[in-house]
Amino acid sequence: MSTHHLPEHPDFLWRNPEPKSSYDAVIVGGGGHGLATAYFLAKNHGMTNIAVLEKGWLAGGNMARNTTIIRSNYLWDESAAIYEHALKLWEILPEELEYDFLFSQRGVMNLAHTLGDVRESIRRVGANKLNGVDAEWLEPDQVKELCPILNTSDNIRYPVMGATYQPRAGIAKHDHVAWAFARKCDEMGVDIIQNCEVTGFLKDGDRVVGVKTNQGTIHTEKVGLCAAGHSSVLAEMAGFRLPIQSHPLQALVSELHEPVHPTVVMSNHVHVYVSQAHKGELVMGAGVDSYNGYGQRGSFHVIEHQMAAAVELFPIFARAHVLRTWGGIVDTTLDASPIVGTTPVENMFVNCGWGTGGFKGTPAAGLTFAHTIATGAPHKLNKPFALERFETGALIDEHGAAAVAH
Amino acid sequence: MLLISCPNCGPRDETEFHYGGQAHVPYPENPNDLNDREWAEYLFYRENTKGTFAERWVHSTGCRQWFNMLRDTVTYDIQAIYPMGAPRPDAAGKVTAETGTASTAADSTTTGTAAPSIAATSTATSTSATSTTAPEGATK
Repeated sequence: MSTHHLPEHPDFLWRNPEPKSSYDAVIVGGGGHGLATAYFLAKNHGMTNIAVLEKGWLAGGNMARNTTIIRSNYLWDESAAIYEHALKLWEILPEELEYDFLFSQRGVMNLAHTLGDVRESIRRVGANKLNGVDAEWLEPDQVKELCPILNTSDNIRYPVMGATYQPRAGIAKHDHVAWAFARKCDEMGVDIIQNCEVTGFLKDGDRVVGVKTNQGTIHTEKVGLCAAGHSSVLAEMAGFRLPIQSHPLQALVSELHEPVHPTVVMSNHVHVYVSQAHKGELVMGAGVDSYNGYGQRGSFHVIEHQMAAAVELFPIFARAHVLRTWGGIVDTTLDASPIVGTTPVENMFVNCGWGTGGFKGTPAAGLTFAHTIATGAPHKLNKPFALERFETGALIDEHGAAAVAH
Repeated sequence: MLLISCPNCGPRDETEFHYGGQAHVPYPENPNDLNDREWAEYLFYRENTKGTFAERWVHSTGCRQWFNMLRDTVTYDIQAIYPMGAPRPDAAGKVTAETGTASTAADSTTTGTAAPSIAATSTATSTSATSTTAPEGATK
Protein backbone atom coordinates (compact mmCIF):
# COMPACT_ATOMS: atom_id res chain seq x y z
CA MET A 1 0.00 0.00 0.00
CA SER A 2 1.26 3.41 -0.85
CA THR A 3 2.38 5.59 2.03
CA HIS A 4 2.06 8.71 -0.08
CA HIS A 5 -0.74 11.03 0.76
CA LEU A 6 -2.96 12.41 -1.94
CA PRO A 7 -1.91 15.90 -3.03
CA GLU A 8 -3.76 18.85 -1.56
CA HIS A 9 -7.14 19.53 -3.15
CA PRO A 10 -6.89 22.37 -5.66
CA ASP A 11 -8.64 25.60 -4.74
CA PHE A 12 -12.38 25.28 -4.54
CA LEU A 13 -14.43 27.52 -6.82
CA TRP A 14 -16.79 28.41 -3.99
CA ARG A 15 -17.00 28.03 -0.21
CA ASN A 16 -19.54 25.77 1.46
CA PRO A 17 -20.68 28.01 4.31
CA GLU A 18 -23.17 27.31 7.06
CA PRO A 19 -26.33 29.35 6.56
CA LYS A 20 -26.49 32.59 8.52
CA SER A 21 -29.60 33.36 10.54
CA SER A 22 -30.63 36.13 8.16
CA TYR A 23 -29.98 37.54 4.70
CA ASP A 24 -31.21 40.48 2.66
CA ALA A 25 -32.48 38.03 0.05
CA VAL A 26 -32.68 34.28 -0.35
CA ILE A 27 -32.75 32.55 -3.73
CA VAL A 28 -34.31 29.09 -3.66
CA GLY A 29 -32.68 26.86 -6.25
CA GLY A 30 -28.97 26.60 -7.04
CA GLY A 31 -29.24 25.87 -10.73
CA GLY A 32 -28.29 28.15 -13.58
CA HIS A 33 -31.15 30.57 -13.07
CA GLY A 34 -30.68 30.82 -9.29
CA LEU A 35 -26.94 31.38 -9.62
CA ALA A 36 -27.36 33.92 -12.43
CA THR A 37 -29.94 35.76 -10.33
CA ALA A 38 -27.57 35.89 -7.36
CA TYR A 39 -24.76 37.05 -9.64
CA PHE A 40 -26.75 39.97 -11.03
CA LEU A 41 -28.17 40.86 -7.59
CA ALA A 42 -24.61 41.21 -6.33
CA LYS A 43 -23.10 42.79 -9.44
CA ASN A 44 -25.86 45.14 -10.62
CA HIS A 45 -27.67 45.90 -7.39
CA GLY A 46 -24.94 45.63 -4.75
CA MET A 47 -26.87 42.98 -2.82
CA THR A 48 -24.13 40.69 -1.52
CA ASN A 49 -25.67 39.64 1.80
CA ILE A 50 -27.69 36.99 0.05
CA ALA A 51 -27.85 33.21 -0.09
CA VAL A 52 -28.61 30.63 -2.74
CA LEU A 53 -30.24 27.52 -1.24
CA GLU A 54 -29.88 24.29 -3.17
CA LYS A 55 -31.63 21.14 -1.96
CA GLY A 56 -29.17 18.84 -3.74
CA TRP A 57 -25.81 19.63 -5.24
CA LEU A 58 -25.08 22.78 -7.16
CA ALA A 59 -26.51 22.73 -10.69
CA GLY A 60 -27.47 19.06 -10.44
CA GLY A 61 -31.00 19.47 -11.73
CA ASN A 62 -32.00 20.68 -15.16
CA MET A 63 -28.76 22.66 -15.44
CA ALA A 64 -26.92 19.33 -15.71
CA ARG A 65 -29.56 17.66 -17.86
CA ASN A 66 -30.36 20.04 -20.72
CA THR A 67 -29.03 19.74 -24.27
CA THR A 68 -27.20 23.11 -23.96
CA ILE A 69 -28.78 24.76 -27.00
CA ILE A 70 -28.68 28.56 -27.08
CA ARG A 71 -30.71 30.54 -29.63
CA SER A 72 -33.03 33.53 -29.76
CA ASN A 73 -35.11 32.99 -32.91
CA TYR A 74 -38.50 33.20 -31.20
CA LEU A 75 -41.54 34.51 -33.04
CA TRP A 76 -43.15 37.04 -30.73
CA ASP A 77 -41.63 40.41 -29.87
CA GLU A 78 -41.62 39.79 -26.11
CA SER A 79 -39.80 36.48 -26.49
CA ALA A 80 -37.35 37.71 -29.11
CA ALA A 81 -36.46 40.62 -26.83
CA ILE A 82 -35.66 38.56 -23.73
CA TYR A 83 -33.97 35.65 -25.55
CA GLU A 84 -31.94 37.98 -27.78
CA HIS A 85 -30.82 39.88 -24.69
CA ALA A 86 -29.79 36.54 -23.23
CA LEU A 87 -27.81 35.71 -26.38
CA LYS A 88 -26.01 39.06 -26.22
CA LEU A 89 -25.13 38.30 -22.59
CA TRP A 90 -23.89 34.83 -23.55
CA GLU A 91 -21.54 36.58 -26.00
CA ILE A 92 -19.88 38.65 -23.27
CA LEU A 93 -20.19 36.37 -20.24
CA PRO A 94 -17.08 34.20 -20.79
CA GLU A 95 -14.96 37.36 -20.47
CA GLU A 96 -17.05 38.91 -17.71
CA LEU A 97 -17.02 35.72 -15.63
CA GLU A 98 -13.40 35.02 -16.58
CA TYR A 99 -14.30 31.46 -17.45
CA ASP A 100 -14.22 29.83 -20.86
CA PHE A 101 -17.34 27.69 -20.75
CA LEU A 102 -16.93 26.73 -24.42
CA PHE A 103 -19.72 28.86 -25.84
CA SER A 104 -19.63 27.81 -29.47
CA GLN A 105 -21.67 29.86 -31.94
CA ARG A 106 -21.97 27.11 -34.50
CA GLY A 107 -25.47 28.07 -35.55
CA VAL A 108 -28.86 26.42 -35.09
CA MET A 109 -30.96 25.07 -37.92
CA ASN A 110 -34.72 24.52 -37.52
CA LEU A 111 -35.89 22.15 -40.24
CA ALA A 112 -39.14 22.49 -42.14
CA HIS A 113 -40.81 19.28 -43.34
CA THR A 114 -44.25 20.40 -44.48
CA LEU A 115 -45.73 23.34 -46.36
CA GLY A 116 -47.08 24.55 -43.03
CA ASP A 117 -43.58 24.36 -41.55
CA VAL A 118 -42.20 26.31 -44.50
CA ARG A 119 -44.74 29.10 -44.16
CA GLU A 120 -44.28 29.30 -40.38
CA SER A 121 -40.51 29.28 -40.73
CA ILE A 122 -40.35 32.04 -43.35
CA ARG A 123 -42.75 34.10 -41.26
CA ARG A 124 -40.52 33.60 -38.23
CA VAL A 125 -37.39 34.61 -40.18
CA GLY A 126 -39.17 37.83 -41.12
CA ALA A 127 -40.25 38.48 -37.55
CA ASN A 128 -36.74 37.75 -36.28
CA LYS A 129 -35.15 40.20 -38.73
CA LEU A 130 -37.56 42.94 -37.65
CA ASN A 131 -36.50 42.27 -34.06
CA GLY A 132 -32.79 42.42 -34.84
CA VAL A 133 -32.31 38.68 -34.48
CA ASP A 134 -30.01 37.13 -37.10
CA ALA A 135 -32.07 34.71 -39.15
CA GLU A 136 -31.99 33.24 -42.62
CA TRP A 137 -34.15 30.93 -44.67
CA LEU A 138 -32.22 28.06 -46.26
CA GLU A 139 -33.34 26.03 -49.25
CA PRO A 140 -32.66 22.27 -49.11
CA ASP A 141 -29.41 22.53 -51.10
CA GLN A 142 -28.16 25.20 -48.67
CA VAL A 143 -29.15 22.95 -45.77
CA LYS A 144 -27.10 20.15 -47.29
CA GLU A 145 -24.13 22.46 -47.81
CA LEU A 146 -24.14 23.59 -44.19
CA CYS A 147 -24.75 20.15 -42.72
CA PRO A 148 -23.65 17.47 -45.21
CA ILE A 149 -24.64 14.53 -43.00
CA LEU A 150 -28.33 15.49 -43.16
CA ASN A 151 -30.47 13.40 -45.46
CA THR A 152 -32.10 15.96 -47.74
CA SER A 153 -33.34 13.45 -50.32
CA ASP A 154 -36.99 13.15 -51.29
CA ASN A 155 -37.32 9.51 -50.35
CA ILE A 156 -37.88 9.88 -46.62
CA ARG A 157 -41.17 10.10 -44.79
CA TYR A 158 -40.83 13.82 -44.08
CA PRO A 159 -38.37 15.30 -46.59
CA VAL A 160 -36.40 18.40 -45.58
CA MET A 161 -38.09 21.29 -47.40
CA GLY A 162 -35.76 23.93 -46.02
CA ALA A 163 -34.70 25.37 -42.69
CA THR A 164 -34.35 28.53 -40.70
CA TYR A 165 -30.81 29.25 -39.61
CA GLN A 166 -29.50 31.44 -36.82
CA PRO A 167 -25.71 31.71 -37.20
CA ARG A 168 -25.12 33.29 -33.75
CA ALA A 169 -26.89 30.46 -31.95
CA GLY A 170 -24.97 27.48 -30.58
CA ILE A 171 -24.12 25.46 -27.51
CA ALA A 172 -22.13 25.87 -24.28
CA LYS A 173 -20.89 23.60 -21.50
CA HIS A 174 -23.75 23.85 -19.04
CA ASP A 175 -21.85 22.64 -15.94
CA HIS A 176 -19.09 25.14 -16.57
CA VAL A 177 -21.63 27.95 -16.92
CA ALA A 178 -22.96 27.12 -13.45
CA TRP A 179 -19.46 26.92 -11.99
CA ALA A 180 -18.52 30.24 -13.59
CA PHE A 181 -21.52 31.99 -12.02
CA ALA A 182 -20.98 30.23 -8.70
CA ARG A 183 -17.33 31.28 -8.46
CA LYS A 184 -18.15 34.94 -9.16
CA CYS A 185 -21.08 34.88 -6.73
CA ASP A 186 -18.82 33.47 -4.06
CA GLU A 187 -16.13 36.08 -4.73
CA MET A 188 -18.71 38.82 -4.20
CA GLY A 189 -19.76 37.30 -0.86
CA VAL A 190 -22.86 35.33 -1.82
CA ASP A 191 -23.39 32.23 0.33
CA ILE A 192 -24.09 29.14 -1.78
CA ILE A 193 -25.62 26.54 0.54
CA GLN A 194 -25.98 23.04 -0.85
CA ASN A 195 -28.02 20.18 0.64
CA CYS A 196 -30.35 22.82 2.02
CA GLU A 197 -33.96 21.98 1.25
CA VAL A 198 -36.71 24.49 1.82
CA THR A 199 -39.51 22.95 3.91
CA GLY A 200 -41.70 26.01 4.43
CA PHE A 201 -41.91 29.78 4.61
CA LEU A 202 -42.34 32.21 7.48
CA LYS A 203 -44.98 34.80 6.78
CA ASP A 204 -46.19 37.91 8.52
CA GLY A 205 -49.67 38.30 7.10
CA ASP A 206 -49.25 38.29 3.32
CA ARG A 207 -45.55 39.07 3.54
CA VAL A 208 -42.75 36.50 3.51
CA VAL A 209 -40.18 37.06 6.26
CA GLY A 210 -38.21 33.85 6.29
CA VAL A 211 -37.49 30.42 4.96
CA LYS A 212 -37.65 27.14 6.88
CA THR A 213 -35.04 24.63 5.77
CA ASN A 214 -33.55 21.32 6.84
CA GLN A 215 -30.59 23.40 8.05
CA GLY A 216 -32.72 25.67 10.22
CA THR A 217 -34.74 28.83 9.82
CA ILE A 218 -33.35 31.70 7.79
CA HIS A 219 -34.86 35.17 8.11
CA THR A 220 -34.90 37.27 5.00
CA GLU A 221 -36.52 40.34 3.51
CA LYS A 222 -36.98 38.88 0.06
CA VAL A 223 -37.33 35.44 -1.48
CA GLY A 224 -36.77 34.54 -5.13
CA LEU A 225 -37.98 31.15 -6.33
CA CYS A 226 -35.86 29.54 -9.09
CA ALA A 227 -36.92 25.93 -8.69
CA ALA A 228 -38.06 25.00 -12.22
CA GLY A 229 -39.95 21.68 -11.99
CA HIS A 230 -40.55 22.08 -8.25
CA SER A 231 -41.94 25.62 -8.44
CA SER A 232 -45.49 24.44 -7.77
CA VAL A 233 -44.38 22.61 -4.64
CA LEU A 234 -42.76 25.77 -3.26
CA ALA A 235 -45.70 27.96 -4.26
CA GLU A 236 -48.05 25.64 -2.41
CA MET A 237 -45.89 25.96 0.72
CA ALA A 238 -46.09 29.73 0.34
CA GLY A 239 -49.86 29.69 -0.17
CA PHE A 240 -50.37 30.54 -3.83
CA ARG A 241 -50.82 28.66 -7.09
CA LEU A 242 -48.89 28.64 -10.33
CA PRO A 243 -50.25 27.66 -13.77
CA ILE A 244 -47.47 25.12 -14.18
CA GLN A 245 -47.46 21.45 -15.06
CA SER A 246 -44.28 19.48 -14.39
CA HIS A 247 -43.32 16.89 -16.99
CA PRO A 248 -40.35 14.57 -17.48
CA LEU A 249 -38.13 15.60 -20.40
CA GLN A 250 -35.53 13.16 -21.59
CA ALA A 251 -32.26 13.47 -23.45
CA LEU A 252 -29.42 11.15 -24.35
CA VAL A 253 -25.87 11.01 -25.59
CA SER A 254 -24.13 8.56 -27.87
CA GLU A 255 -20.65 7.22 -27.42
CA LEU A 256 -17.85 9.50 -28.66
CA HIS A 257 -17.37 10.04 -32.38
CA GLU A 258 -15.01 12.10 -34.48
CA PRO A 259 -16.47 15.49 -35.43
CA VAL A 260 -19.20 14.90 -38.01
CA HIS A 261 -21.89 17.40 -37.07
CA PRO A 262 -20.92 21.03 -37.64
CA THR A 263 -24.01 22.82 -36.31
CA VAL A 264 -27.16 22.21 -34.24
CA VAL A 265 -30.16 20.70 -36.02
CA MET A 266 -33.66 20.85 -34.59
CA SER A 267 -36.73 19.33 -36.15
CA ASN A 268 -40.02 20.04 -34.50
CA HIS A 269 -42.04 18.05 -36.95
CA VAL A 270 -40.31 14.70 -36.54
CA HIS A 271 -39.22 15.86 -33.12
CA VAL A 272 -35.56 15.51 -32.41
CA TYR A 273 -32.72 17.96 -31.85
CA VAL A 274 -29.11 17.05 -32.29
CA SER A 275 -25.72 18.59 -31.70
CA GLN A 276 -22.28 17.14 -31.17
CA ALA A 277 -20.54 17.99 -27.92
CA HIS A 278 -16.96 19.21 -27.96
CA LYS A 279 -15.75 15.84 -26.73
CA GLY A 280 -17.61 14.03 -29.53
CA GLU A 281 -20.87 12.69 -28.08
CA LEU A 282 -23.99 13.21 -30.15
CA VAL A 283 -26.40 15.00 -27.83
CA MET A 284 -30.08 14.50 -28.57
CA GLY A 285 -33.32 15.57 -27.02
CA ALA A 286 -36.97 15.13 -27.83
CA GLY A 287 -40.34 16.09 -26.47
CA VAL A 288 -41.74 15.76 -22.96
CA ASP A 289 -43.51 12.69 -21.71
CA SER A 290 -47.23 13.41 -21.85
CA TYR A 291 -47.99 12.79 -18.20
CA ASN A 292 -47.22 14.92 -15.16
CA GLY A 293 -44.14 13.63 -13.43
CA TYR A 294 -41.54 14.51 -10.84
CA GLY A 295 -39.55 11.30 -11.27
CA GLN A 296 -36.65 12.64 -13.38
CA ARG A 297 -37.22 9.77 -15.79
CA GLY A 298 -39.60 9.14 -18.65
CA SER A 299 -40.86 6.36 -20.85
CA PHE A 300 -38.61 4.56 -23.29
CA HIS A 301 -40.94 4.86 -26.27
CA VAL A 302 -40.20 8.59 -26.30
CA ILE A 303 -36.49 7.80 -26.75
CA GLU A 304 -37.32 5.22 -29.41
CA HIS A 305 -39.41 7.73 -31.36
CA GLN A 306 -36.66 10.32 -31.15
CA MET A 307 -34.04 7.80 -32.36
CA ALA A 308 -36.22 6.87 -35.33
CA ALA A 309 -36.36 10.52 -36.35
CA ALA A 310 -32.64 10.99 -35.81
CA VAL A 311 -31.65 7.98 -37.88
CA GLU A 312 -33.89 8.98 -40.76
CA LEU A 313 -32.48 12.50 -40.81
CA PHE A 314 -28.88 11.41 -40.17
CA PRO A 315 -28.34 7.98 -41.76
CA ILE A 316 -24.76 7.80 -40.47
CA PHE A 317 -26.09 7.67 -36.89
CA ALA A 318 -27.63 4.26 -37.56
CA ARG A 319 -24.70 2.39 -36.06
CA ALA A 320 -24.05 4.79 -33.18
CA HIS A 321 -24.72 3.43 -29.71
CA VAL A 322 -26.61 5.20 -26.99
CA LEU A 323 -24.28 5.75 -24.06
CA ARG A 324 -26.84 6.97 -21.56
CA THR A 325 -30.26 8.53 -21.26
CA TRP A 326 -31.70 10.64 -18.48
CA GLY A 327 -34.62 12.86 -17.59
CA GLY A 328 -35.24 16.16 -15.89
CA ILE A 329 -38.44 17.80 -14.67
CA VAL A 330 -39.55 20.73 -16.75
CA ASP A 331 -42.08 23.34 -15.66
CA THR A 332 -44.40 23.95 -18.58
CA THR A 333 -46.97 26.70 -18.96
CA LEU A 334 -50.00 26.74 -21.22
CA ASP A 335 -48.48 29.38 -23.51
CA ALA A 336 -44.96 27.89 -23.48
CA SER A 337 -43.53 31.12 -22.08
CA PRO A 338 -41.87 31.70 -18.72
CA ILE A 339 -43.24 33.47 -15.65
CA VAL A 340 -40.84 36.02 -14.16
CA GLY A 341 -42.18 38.53 -11.69
CA THR A 342 -44.07 39.21 -8.50
CA THR A 343 -46.42 36.79 -6.70
CA PRO A 344 -49.50 37.20 -4.49
CA VAL A 345 -47.12 36.92 -1.51
CA GLU A 346 -45.43 40.22 -0.74
CA ASN A 347 -41.63 40.18 -1.13
CA MET A 348 -41.75 36.78 -2.77
CA PHE A 349 -40.84 36.60 -6.45
CA VAL A 350 -40.99 33.77 -8.92
CA ASN A 351 -38.94 32.76 -11.95
CA CYS A 352 -40.36 29.61 -13.49
CA GLY A 353 -42.22 28.17 -16.44
CA TRP A 354 -39.20 28.12 -18.73
CA GLY A 355 -40.30 24.61 -19.60
CA THR A 356 -38.12 22.77 -22.05
CA GLY A 357 -35.94 25.75 -23.00
CA GLY A 358 -34.65 27.44 -19.87
CA PHE A 359 -30.92 26.97 -20.36
CA LYS A 360 -30.65 29.47 -23.21
CA GLY A 361 -32.49 32.04 -21.13
CA THR A 362 -30.23 31.71 -18.09
CA PRO A 363 -28.42 35.09 -18.29
CA ALA A 364 -31.56 37.11 -19.08
CA ALA A 365 -33.58 35.27 -16.45
CA GLY A 366 -30.89 36.16 -13.91
CA LEU A 367 -30.62 39.78 -15.02
CA THR A 368 -34.35 40.51 -15.09
CA PHE A 369 -35.22 38.48 -12.01
CA ALA A 370 -32.48 40.20 -10.01
CA HIS A 371 -33.88 43.55 -11.13
CA THR A 372 -37.36 42.47 -10.07
CA ILE A 373 -36.20 41.27 -6.66
CA ALA A 374 -34.00 44.31 -5.98
CA THR A 375 -36.47 46.98 -7.07
CA GLY A 376 -39.75 45.19 -6.43
CA ALA A 377 -40.82 45.89 -10.03
CA PRO A 378 -40.14 44.04 -13.26
CA HIS A 379 -37.42 44.96 -15.75
CA LYS A 380 -38.90 45.97 -19.11
CA LEU A 381 -37.79 42.64 -20.57
CA ASN A 382 -39.71 40.48 -18.10
CA LYS A 383 -42.72 42.76 -17.64
CA PRO A 384 -44.78 40.87 -20.28
CA PHE A 385 -43.96 37.58 -18.55
CA ALA A 386 -45.94 38.40 -15.40
CA LEU A 387 -48.14 35.85 -13.67
CA GLU A 388 -51.10 38.18 -14.25
CA ARG A 389 -51.12 37.47 -17.99
CA PHE A 390 -53.17 34.34 -17.37
CA GLU A 391 -55.92 36.60 -16.01
CA THR A 392 -55.61 39.47 -18.47
CA GLY A 393 -55.34 37.12 -21.44
CA ALA A 394 -52.14 38.78 -22.68
CA LEU A 395 -50.55 35.41 -23.34
CA ILE A 396 -47.29 35.05 -25.25
CA ASP A 397 -48.17 31.98 -27.22
CA GLU A 398 -44.94 30.41 -28.38
CA HIS A 399 -46.47 26.96 -28.81
CA GLY A 400 -45.82 26.04 -32.40
CA ALA A 401 -44.57 29.58 -33.00
CA ALA A 402 -41.04 29.27 -31.71
CA ALA A 403 -41.30 25.52 -31.85
CA VAL A 404 -42.26 22.99 -29.25
CA ALA A 405 -38.77 21.62 -29.18
CA HIS A 406 -36.09 23.79 -27.68
CA MET B 1 -43.31 2.80 -20.34
CA LEU B 2 -46.39 2.59 -18.19
CA LEU B 3 -48.55 -0.52 -18.33
CA ILE B 4 -52.08 0.78 -17.99
CA SER B 5 -55.08 -1.40 -17.22
CA CYS B 6 -57.87 -0.10 -19.39
CA PRO B 7 -61.18 -0.78 -17.58
CA ASN B 8 -62.55 -2.26 -20.80
CA CYS B 9 -59.59 -3.85 -22.54
CA GLY B 10 -57.21 -4.88 -19.78
CA PRO B 11 -53.49 -4.11 -19.50
CA ARG B 12 -52.02 -2.30 -22.51
CA ASP B 13 -48.90 -0.29 -23.28
CA GLU B 14 -48.91 3.42 -22.53
CA THR B 15 -48.48 4.15 -26.26
CA GLU B 16 -52.10 3.10 -26.83
CA PHE B 17 -53.33 5.89 -24.57
CA HIS B 18 -53.45 9.66 -24.52
CA TYR B 19 -53.16 11.78 -21.44
CA GLY B 20 -55.95 14.12 -20.40
CA GLY B 21 -54.47 15.98 -17.45
CA GLN B 22 -56.07 16.56 -14.07
CA ALA B 23 -59.37 14.79 -13.42
CA HIS B 24 -62.39 16.27 -11.68
CA VAL B 25 -62.27 19.74 -13.27
CA PRO B 26 -65.91 20.46 -14.13
CA TYR B 27 -66.98 23.08 -16.60
CA PRO B 28 -68.20 26.13 -14.67
CA GLU B 29 -71.84 25.82 -13.73
CA ASN B 30 -72.57 29.45 -14.47
CA PRO B 31 -69.96 30.60 -16.96
CA ASN B 32 -71.44 34.07 -17.25
CA ASP B 33 -70.86 34.69 -13.57
CA LEU B 34 -67.11 34.06 -13.67
CA ASN B 35 -64.67 36.92 -13.30
CA ASP B 36 -61.28 36.98 -15.01
CA ARG B 37 -59.54 35.39 -12.06
CA GLU B 38 -62.01 32.51 -12.00
CA TRP B 39 -61.70 32.01 -15.75
CA ALA B 40 -57.92 31.94 -15.39
CA GLU B 41 -58.30 29.28 -12.70
CA TYR B 42 -60.55 27.19 -14.93
CA LEU B 43 -58.51 27.57 -18.11
CA PHE B 44 -54.90 27.65 -16.97
CA TYR B 45 -54.54 26.56 -13.36
CA ARG B 46 -54.32 22.85 -12.60
CA GLU B 47 -53.02 20.94 -9.64
CA ASN B 48 -49.39 19.98 -10.11
CA THR B 49 -49.23 17.45 -7.31
CA LYS B 50 -46.01 15.78 -6.29
CA GLY B 51 -47.44 12.47 -5.12
CA THR B 52 -50.83 10.86 -5.70
CA PHE B 53 -52.59 12.62 -8.56
CA ALA B 54 -56.03 12.05 -10.09
CA GLU B 55 -55.81 12.29 -13.85
CA ARG B 56 -57.68 11.38 -17.03
CA TRP B 57 -56.55 9.01 -19.76
CA VAL B 58 -58.21 7.85 -22.96
CA HIS B 59 -57.58 4.49 -24.63
CA SER B 60 -57.17 6.09 -28.06
CA THR B 61 -56.16 3.01 -30.04
CA GLY B 62 -58.41 0.62 -28.13
CA CYS B 63 -61.94 1.17 -26.87
CA ARG B 64 -61.54 4.98 -27.17
CA GLN B 65 -63.13 5.40 -23.74
CA TRP B 66 -62.00 7.87 -21.13
CA PHE B 67 -61.30 6.84 -17.54
CA ASN B 68 -59.68 8.25 -14.42
CA MET B 69 -56.52 7.10 -12.75
CA LEU B 70 -54.77 7.69 -9.44
CA ARG B 71 -51.04 7.70 -10.12
CA ASP B 72 -48.03 8.66 -8.05
CA THR B 73 -46.19 11.39 -9.97
CA VAL B 74 -42.86 10.50 -8.36
CA THR B 75 -42.78 6.70 -8.56
CA TYR B 76 -45.27 6.61 -11.48
CA ASP B 77 -47.05 3.73 -9.70
CA ILE B 78 -50.67 3.40 -10.76
CA GLN B 79 -52.79 3.16 -7.62
CA ALA B 80 -56.34 3.03 -8.91
CA ILE B 81 -58.36 3.19 -12.10
CA TYR B 82 -61.98 4.29 -11.90
CA PRO B 83 -64.74 5.49 -14.23
CA MET B 84 -65.31 9.03 -15.39
CA GLY B 85 -67.86 10.65 -13.15
CA ALA B 86 -67.02 8.51 -10.15
CA PRO B 87 -65.62 10.27 -7.10
CA ARG B 88 -61.93 9.99 -6.43
CA PRO B 89 -61.17 6.93 -4.29
CA ASP B 90 -59.91 7.93 -0.87
CA ALA B 91 -56.62 6.93 0.68
CA ALA B 92 -58.00 3.45 1.29
CA GLY B 93 -57.75 2.94 -2.44
CA LYS B 94 -53.99 2.91 -2.21
CA VAL B 95 -53.94 0.42 0.63
CA THR B 96 -56.25 -1.85 -1.27
CA ALA B 97 -54.13 -1.59 -4.35
CA GLU B 98 -51.06 -2.68 -2.46
CA THR B 99 -52.71 -5.70 -0.92
CA GLY B 100 -54.73 -6.45 -4.00
CA THR B 101 -57.70 -7.83 -2.10
CA ALA B 102 -60.71 -5.75 -2.94
CA SER B 103 -61.87 -2.63 -4.62
CA THR B 104 -63.10 0.42 -2.80
CA ALA B 105 -66.72 1.14 -3.34
CA ALA B 106 -67.69 4.74 -3.75
CA ASP B 107 -70.64 6.11 -1.85
CA SER B 108 -72.31 7.20 -5.03
CA THR B 109 -71.38 7.91 -8.59
CA THR B 110 -72.87 9.98 -11.31
CA THR B 111 -72.83 7.00 -13.62
CA GLY B 112 -74.91 4.99 -11.19
CA THR B 113 -73.42 1.55 -11.52
CA ALA B 114 -69.70 2.05 -11.55
CA ALA B 115 -67.56 1.65 -8.48
CA PRO B 116 -63.91 2.66 -8.39
CA SER B 117 -61.75 -0.31 -9.03
CA ILE B 118 -58.15 -0.95 -8.31
CA ALA B 119 -55.56 -1.76 -10.90
CA ALA B 120 -52.35 -3.54 -10.16
CA THR B 121 -49.35 -1.30 -10.05
CA SER B 122 -47.33 -1.63 -13.21
CA THR B 123 -44.17 -0.13 -14.56
CA ALA B 124 -42.01 -0.58 -17.60
CA THR B 125 -40.07 -3.42 -16.06
CA SER B 126 -43.12 -5.38 -14.98
CA THR B 127 -43.82 -8.38 -17.14
CA SER B 128 -46.08 -10.19 -14.76
CA ALA B 129 -49.72 -10.73 -15.56
CA THR B 130 -51.00 -9.56 -12.22
CA SER B 131 -53.01 -6.64 -13.53
CA THR B 132 -56.71 -6.82 -13.06
CA THR B 133 -58.94 -7.26 -16.04
CA ALA B 134 -61.86 -5.02 -16.76
CA PRO B 135 -63.71 -4.30 -13.54
CA GLU B 136 -67.38 -4.96 -13.11
CA GLY B 137 -69.48 -1.98 -13.83
CA ALA B 138 -66.92 -0.23 -15.97
CA THR B 139 -68.44 2.21 -18.39
CA LYS B 140 -68.78 0.85 -21.88
